[in-house]
Amino acid sequence: MAESTALPAEPTTALAIETRKLNLWYGTFQALFDVDLEIKQGIITSLIGPSGCGKSTFLRSVNRINERLGYVRTTGSIEVLGFDVYAENVEPVQVRKQVGMVFQRPNPLPLSIRDNVLFGYRTHQERGKRLSRSAADEIVESSLRQVLLWDQVKDRLDRPAVGLALEEQQKLCIARLLPVKPSVLLMDEPCSALDPKGTEAVEELIWELRGQYTILIVTHNMAQASRASDECIFMLLGKVIEHSQTAEMFVTPKCQETADYIEGRYG
Amino acid sequence: MSHSADRRDAAWWVDRAVQSLVFVGGISGILFIIGIFIFISKEGYGFIVSTLDFGEFFASPRWRPTSSHNPTYGALALIAGTASVTGLAMIVAVPFSLGAAIYIGEFATGKTREYLKVLVEMLAAIPSVVWGFIGLSIMNPLIIELFNVPVGLNVLNSGIILGLMAAPIMTTLAEDALKAVPDTYREAAEALGATRWQVIFRVVLPAAKNGLVAAILLGVGRGFGETMAVLMASGHSINLPTSPFDSVRALTATIAAELGETAAGSEHYQALFTLGIFLFIVTFVINLTADLVVRGVRKQRP
Repeated sequence: MAESTALPAEPTTALAIETRKLNLWYGTFQALFDVDLEIKQGIITSLIGPSGCGKSTFLRSVNRINERLGYVRTTGSIEVLGFDVYAENVEPVQVRKQVGMVFQRPNPLPLSIRDNVLFGYRTHQERGKRLSRSAADEIVESSLRQVLLWDQVKDRLDRPAVGLALEEQQKLCIARLLPVKPSVLLMDEPCSALDPKGTEAVEELIWELRGQYTILIVTHNMAQASRASDECIFMLLGKVIEHSQTAEMFVTPKCQETADYIEGRYG
Repeated sequence: MSHSADRRDAAWWVDRAVQSLVFVGGISGILFIIGIFIFISKEGYGFIVSTLDFGEFFASPRWRPTSSHNPTYGALALIAGTASVTGLAMIVAVPFSLGAAIYIGEFATGKTREYLKVLVEMLAAIPSVVWGFIGLSIMNPLIIELFNVPVGLNVLNSGIILGLMAAPIMTTLAEDALKAVPDTYREAAEALGATRWQVIFRVVLPAAKNGLVAAILLGVGRGFGETMAVLMASGHSINLPTSPFDSVRALTATIAAELGETAAGSEHYQALFTLGIFLFIVTFVINLTADLVVRGVRKQRP
């Protein structure tokens, strides 16, 4: 899993997520308008824009978690690694194996640290197969090591995960995605509930995971987007305004709206 | 001092009056429970200290309080009657009420959910004598027909009736317990690829465990205390049941049927109050346990 922690010199051109004419309605309210995006594999792409611009909605339609609401209607297509996730014969469960998600507030399950890490793995395990204790231990250790949490929690793996500090909880929420080997990680403002130190630690971790996973991160924090992503997408009122290299966007934005937003004239 | 210093205007007095009224309402629950306990203890006390043989009371099935030469007060058959009916009732009620609670809480949406909740609450409001009537006039011939037994008023009949009676309130309580599980848990588990059933079985039910146990315990308490339906559907004959087709007599039914025919203060009268004390203690302990179980879950949460 960890064959290349070294960063690819040039972002690959292969696409992880490709959307075509994606429109989304909450009841009668249209939240996304003809979103066409091509998100490259193995890099960190950040989604920015003022509140209500549809960035979280977009993120939540990639793993189809939006459908929980029941009154969501989607048209157009989203392909993850070439597979249309909205195709008729595709179950959300399969999609979510490929596409992991980290939420705004750390949401560990009311289980032990160990069981949190193993939850996804057990969920996707073939029926009737039993996971041996040693194999489970290995998965738990390697996942927690990857998120730089192993040393803090190795002596209390059987304690409830909700007892951890928020920053540790968020790292655990990332760790539990890894055992099923997803290709895409969606992160919805993963640092907004953390203090500056926790934010730094989690950002560092996200940077650490770069290259192994395609990471799509929604953020409110302009500085975070500029320092912690390769490409940047600016959305406004449900439409994509600009998608370019982060360095480029923050120095020479192509559109006036982007420039205004980055400079803090609204949002 | 000027008039502005005195704030005792009409609003002040109203506020005071309402506070006292609410205080009386709040405190009355405690007063009533203590009052009731004192009352039934006082009535049964003389019997407990002078005549009652605890060995006989708990170990003998012979309840013959009206025997003229040698009255005996063995409550074992009555306790067994109540326990067997309540036990069967729980076997009926637990799957029904948990299933209903899971459906209402986790699957049903919008109008279906609202209608179901109202209907379940209406079920809880059916008077117990109506349930007893159903036991007597519908279940009785049905059981005789289906199982080819001489009498249909037995443990099976009253257990099913009592189970159906207890299920609505247990459903409501269990659904409350499920609703108390934060939705973020469900969302997290679903995002990890869990199916609806996996989310319920592996996350929601364990998280709601204490509330569900409390719901079941309160159902048990309800079963122990139910009188009329059990009196009508159980056959009301003193028996140590060995099969669900045996007629039994419940503690509550005994009190209800016999108390009116005893002379106040007589030995029989006091013995019935002793049964009452026993019932009171059992249901009190069950309810207290349910309460503690629910509190346990709150303490663990940060």
